[in-house]
This record gives sequence, C-alpha cells and structure tokens, in this order.
Amino acid sequence: MSLKMPPPDGRVLARRAEIARALAAIVPDGVIQDLDALRVYESDGLTAYRQPPMLAVLPRTTDQVSRILAYCHREGVKVVPRGSGTSLSGGALPLEDAVLLGMARFNRVLEVDYAERLAVVQPGVTNLAVTKAVEGRGFYYAPDPSSQIACSIGGNVAENSGGVHCLKYGLTTNNVLGVEMVLMDGQVVRLGGRTLDAPGLDLLGVVVGSEGLLGVVTEVTVRILPKPETARAVLIGFPSVEAAGQTVAEVIAAGIIPAGMEMMDRPAIHAAEAFVEAGYPLDVEALLIVELDGPAAECDHLTAEVEAIGRRNGSTTCRASTSEAERLKFWAGRKAAFPAVGRISPDYYCMDGTIPRRRLPEVLQRMEALSEIHGLKVANVFHAGDGNLHPLILYDADREGELERAEAFGADILRLCVEVGGVLTGEHGVGVEKRDLMGVMFTETDLKHQQRVKCAFDPELLLNPGKVFPVLHRCAELGRMHVHRGQTAFPDLPRF
Amino acid sequence: MRPSTTEDLAQIVADAASSGRKLEIVGGGAQAEVGAPRQAERLDMTGFSGVIDYDPAELVLTAGAGTPLAQIQALVAANNQMLAFEPHGAPGATIGGVVAAGVSGSRRVSRGAVRDHLLGFKAVSGRGEAFVGGAKVVKNVTGYDLPKLAAGSWGRLFAMTEVTLKVLPKPETAITLAADGLDPAAAVALMSKALASQAEVAAAGHGEGLTALRLEGFGPSVAARKALLEAMAPLRMLPEAEAGAFWSALQAPLPDAPALWRLGLPATAAPAVMTAGLGPCLADWGGARVWLASEDAGAVRAAAEAAAGHAMLVRAPEAMRRAVPALHPQPAPLRALEERVRRTFDPAAVFETGRFQDAD
Repeated sequence: MSLKMPPPDGRVLARRAEIARALAAIVPDGVIQDLDALRVYESDGLTAYRQPPMLAVLPRTTDQVSRILAYCHREGVKVVPRGSGTSLSGGALPLEDAVLLGMARFNRVLEVDYAERLAVVQPGVTNLAVTKAVEGRGFYYAPDPSSQIACSIGGNVAENSGGVHCLKYGLTTNNVLGVEMVLMDGQVVRLGGRTLDAPGLDLLGVVVGSEGLLGVVTEVTVRILPKPETARAVLIGFPSVEAAGQTVAEVIAAGIIPAGMEMMDRPAIHAAEAFVEAGYPLDVEALLIVELDGPAAECDHLTAEVEAIGRRNGSTTCRASTSEAERLKFWAGRKAAFPAVGRISPDYYCMDGTIPRRRLPEVLQRMEALSEIHGLKVANVFHAGDGNLHPLILYDADREGELERAEAFGADILRLCVEVGGVLTGEHGVGVEKRDLMGVMFTETDLKHQQRVKCAFDPELLLNPGKVFPVLHRCAELGRMHVHRGQTAFPDLPRF
Repeated sequence: MRPSTTEDLAQIVADAASSGRKLEIVGGGAQAEVGAPRQAERLDMTGFSGVIDYDPAELVLTAGAGTPLAQIQALVAANNQMLAFEPHGAPGATIGGVVAAGVSGSRRVSRGAVRDHLLGFKAVSGRGEAFVGGAKVVKNVTGYDLPKLAAGSWGRLFAMTEVTLKVLPKPETAITLAADGLDPAAAVALMSKALASQAEVAAAGHGEGLTALRLEGFGPSVAARKALLEAMAPLRMLPEAEAGAFWSALQAPLPDAPALWRLGLPATAAPAVMTAGLGPCLADWGGARVWLASEDAGAVRAAAEAAAGHAMLVRAPEAMRRAVPALHPQPAPLRALEERVRRTFDPAAVFETGRFQDAD
C-alpha cells in the first residue's frame, strides 16, 4: 500500500484492553475485540486498502454515541465512523489505533410526516429502505446511488451521495432537511430540521459531504417526494461518442432536464449486455439512456422531442420503454455496469471526476492515449447530464505492478479532469483514495480554509483523521484555535 | 472603499484586521436595513462586476460578486434560462448580495434555495487571504462544501469576489391557479395537498384572500397537471397580470408595515401562527415561510417557537433593530459552534460589525 496513514499512537495501542472495558461500560453488548471479528471492518468499497481497527463499538442510542465520543475525546483516542461500508473512496477505512464506530444498529424509520413531506430516520437505515417505508403512500426518496440496497443514509450524508437521478432531483445535500449530530466532545447538536432556512450559518450544508470528519450523525430528516405518475427510459445508440455528447447538449438546450441521462461507451455496453442482457445494441460506439418522468402527457411529449434530437445527431438505434419492466431492464445494465466490468476483468478501479460536458470528446481521446501509455484498458460509464465520468480501469492485482499502474492511470485521469475545469470527485468522495491529489485542485491556502472548519468541530483531529486532506495540520498551527488544556493533541505527530 | 482587484481587497481586509477596524461588506445595499445599526467602514464590492463565464449548455454561470442581479437575470433569460431559486431584490441588488443574504423566492419550495444553486465562489477571508470554495461544475463533492456556508453568511465569513451558480432552463409555460376566500387553515391544507400530489407544484402561496398554486413546464404537461389540481378543489385560472402581481407581492411583502418578520415554520403549524392575531401576514412555500407584520418581538418569537419554527426580523424602525436581534436566537451549543466556524475564517472578527448582536 503506497498510502500513508497517520502513524499509530503506541500509547493508545498499549491501552487497548482498558479502552475496550470503558466502551463496554457504555455499550455492554456492543464492543468487538476479537481480531477475526474485526476483519469484517478492515475495508470498505475501496478494497485495495485494508486495516483492521483497534476495536469496534456498535452503539444503539444517541446517548451512547455521545458518551463514546466524549470518552475517546478525553482519552485522545481516534474514532472512525462507519455506515454500511460501501464507500468507494475509503472514507470508512479503519486506523490501527482507532475505535471503529459502527452505526448499523441505528436502523429504524422513526417518523413519516406526509403533510410536511418528510421522513425522520436513523442513520443506519438503508437508502432504499426510506423509499420502501413511504412508497405505499406514493412517495419516494430521490437520491439513488447504485448501492442503494446496502448503503446507509448516514453514509449518504457523510459522502453527499448522488445517483443517476440527481441531475433533476439533486444530491443528498439537496434532499436532507436536518440532522442530529454528536460532536467529538460528546455534545449533541441539531442542524436544520423541519423548517427551511434555519437562522445562522448553514452548518448542515457543510456537514453533508464532510466524510465523517466533523461529527457523527445520529438522526436524519429527509425530504420525500411524490412519485411521478409515469417514468420512461429511452435507449439511443450512436456511431460516435461525439454524436451522443452533442445530443446531450441539445436536449438541455431544448429546455429538457431529464430525470436521468447516462452514457456508456462500447466496452461498458458490451460488458453490461453480456452480464444482464438488458437489450443494448452492440453495434454502437455510445449509448444514451434518457429517463423522462412526470405525467404521461409530459413523457409522451418529451420522448418524441428527445428521439428527434437523437435522430438529428445520427442515432442508429432508438427504443423507448413500453412498460415498467422494460424500463427497469434498460436501467439494470447501467446499474450493473461495475459488477459487469468485474466479470471481464479480475479487478477494476472506478474513477469519479466531473468535467464541463463540452470537453467530453477531448477528455475521452486523451483518456484513450493514457490507456496506451499505462497499458491498461478502460471502460466508461458517464452521468452525461451533469458531466460526472466513471472511467473503470481494468487491471489484475495478481500481476506485479498492475495495481500501482491502475492508480497512476487513475490519478492521470483526475488531473486531466481538473485541467479541463472539472473536479476530482463528483459523488464518491475524496476519502483516502484522492486525498493526495487534493493539491491538484486546491491551493494550500484553499485547503487550510477547509481544514480550519474541521478545527471548529474537532480541534484535536480525532474524528476520521487521515481522510480528505493530504497534510494533517494541527489546529494550533492553522491559526489560533482551541488549545486543549494548554496542549495540542499530538505534539509529536509527524505530517504525512 | 471600493476595491476592484483581489490583491487590493486582500490588503484592505488585512489592514483592517491588524488595526482592529470593522468592515461591512456591501453589494447593492438592498439589505442595509437588516440588523442592528452599526458603525463600520463600507467595503463596496461593486468593483467586482461582470459575467466571467456562461455556457448555457453547461448549466453554469460565473460572475463577479458585484454584478447586478438584473444584468444576470436578463442574460440568462435571453438564453431561455433562469436562476431557479427565483432571487429578487431592490434595483441595484448584486448577485453576491443575493447569495450572502440567502434570498430565495417562491420557487424555493420546489427547486431549492440559493444554497442549492451556488456551486462555487472565490473570496478573501478575514485573514486577508484569497481562496476558493466549491467548483464550476454542477456535480462536485471534492472537499468540504464551503458554498453552503457562503449562502446566507451575511458577509460574516469572507468577502466574495466571484460566484458560480447553477442555471436551469426557463419553463416554456407557467400558469397560476387560485382558490378564493380560504382561511389560513384551509389554504395551508390545500397547498400541502397540492405539493404532495403528482402535480409538481412550482410555488404555493396565500395572502389577501387568495390561495395560489403555480404550475410550470411544457404545455402538455402543465395541462395534465392543471387537471389534477382542478380535481382536488374548485380553482380558477388567475389572469397573467394578476398572477404576476400576486407572486411579486410575496417577494416584497407588506411594504407599508414598519416592522416585518420572516418566519420559517413547519407548514402545518403556520395556520395557528397566522390566526393568532399578531398582525397582517402572507404565506409562501406552502406555509413553510410566513411574512408577518408586527412590532411585538416577544409575541412573534414566542409564537414561532411554539410552532417549532424561527423568526427573523427583516425590517424595523431603528430603535427596534437596536433592541431586537435580527436572527432568531439559537441553542447555546449551536451558537458556540457557529461562532467557532466564523472565527476560523475571520479570526480578528473584522466582518463582525455588531449587526447581528450575537458575536462575542
């Protein structure tokens, strides 16, 4: 592993048994010490990195979370929070000397208020379970990351998760109304809630997407939406990526914001079709899936418009779904693109940059050139509407040096995204994966302004350290901040 | 002072910070009467004016923070687009001011607020340092979402020099349906029902005997959704001029009231507040925002709290603004946390002018 994490604190490791006893006094049936059992937590969705935690604790109540964090704060013990562990960027990667705080037992939907169109849920509830809880009354929760059967709402809040429908319905941040959160010192605060535009700074907005560095969310209030009357997916095949890209631009220029607009390139189409037989055309270079939703009259009207735009741009195939089963089949291929690629390659590495859409043809050409330089193939799935690329780099970890080459290739792709005016990550988060690339997008001054926000929430840097920021500055060094009992927390902590 | 380069701005802020002076960041001055009277040097941001980048197909616009809102709205309208959060302001209002004051209009209930459309910014913090937050693409989770802090920050964190906003296609058709003579309870019930339906109501407001529901989109879709609403309650089409006047009135509510409050409430709790005899009121966002005219601060804040909401004083005579904090008081831990966040950007409190009476 080339990644450097904060070095373990020997004094904390030496106190492992004592810390376990203290945590067991707070959650008697929820402390895991057995090394084999701890292996369950050794990685998240980014499996290239593995590290079992020192201990794991599984609280059930906000009060327990508060007491756990207060204890760890007092004793200078690091904490790594974890939802379902589906992060693709290593956001929940444990540390050798940290307590892993598993939120899986927070698994209840607490309240649904249909008049206010909101649901109050515990953070361990899965994304899909929110929709399941309200669909009987014709509602749903809009953000739908592909991992929605497994990923938790708490994890979605940490990562500001997206999904194929966020072009029209927004990311997690646009669909969360409030949270109850425990700060590292054990204080419980409520940010946002059932009202809009609460007084003061929008701290909720900065907590969403903070990758578990600012606090531990113990309750989430989300907006639920009435399910559209109709949804229809249109599959459009093109002889070139450029033609597909131009179609996307013209759909938007026509004033249409589809519920989803996805693009796949030839390798991705073939992998997906071989895996789920979604009915994708195999003789095209690019495939668009455009989903339209709303009243049937709107879907009819817009389907015709989108098909016409596709034809003007030389589409060679075009099919609109005629039933809900067929619509889901069209999506099945796209949603299974990652595992499908996993079938044609022993390993794959998924990137997540966003670019201005107009630069797509150029970016794909240069990615092709990079593919030759690094000697690794790449398949592309792409949230075309919002410019979010998911290049999947194909490699074999059993072959000497391929993982390193895949990572170098990925880093080159992300540098390219930033160079053309884009960003390192559109929805997967920085985590440990893109941490050391942050300097490509931000100056040291930019990063310090972000890191000082962390100091306002967690001045001793005990919560999920080693994620997001490439250099772990002590808060005292970032500017005059809270100095705990006259000392900084890690006087001998080297930077990494 | 009216800097027009980031270097000059940084120097001004650094000088003020080192000499303990206070700076009030001012755009068009549209919000000058919010908050307590204060003594601070004006930092006029209109020198940072002009559209920097706008490619309609990318759904993104970047402009200097001092660019007049009207200029931006005219530009996007000419390209059949809009700022979907429906900002508004007095003549001269700037885009930076709209962002800092968190000004969202009636469409906020369906399309989100300023916070949901601010993608990135450039600014000079209270440390006298230039930095960026967010980015210039519609989908980004790289690092902390600092634009969320910028929206509604009231110039207390940093002086924005540039903002990047999401833009969206302008609806092809917009109509307003109205019910007459409903009391607040019936009005909010109708609005809640409409907002929870498949009619995709863009805006829902109530005032002066009129309860209005706005539908936006493509013609065939609007027609279908109109039928849905008409099946729900007796409604009439509001003539365009009348509809325009109704929605404008919600943007500049109760102009003759000396003291005006903006309440954020659970919509279902709004009728109780509106019928408590506190003063004339209008409801927007289906009842989640209530505009209320009253000079009785104690009664308004108590009513807002009883409804689990909050009340911001947005206009009042000077004596009242001196005595009553504009922002609804927050619980102590939250207030302390917010203070710590403000100090990270502005350690010398150069942007704390006393306007909000809640800084240490």
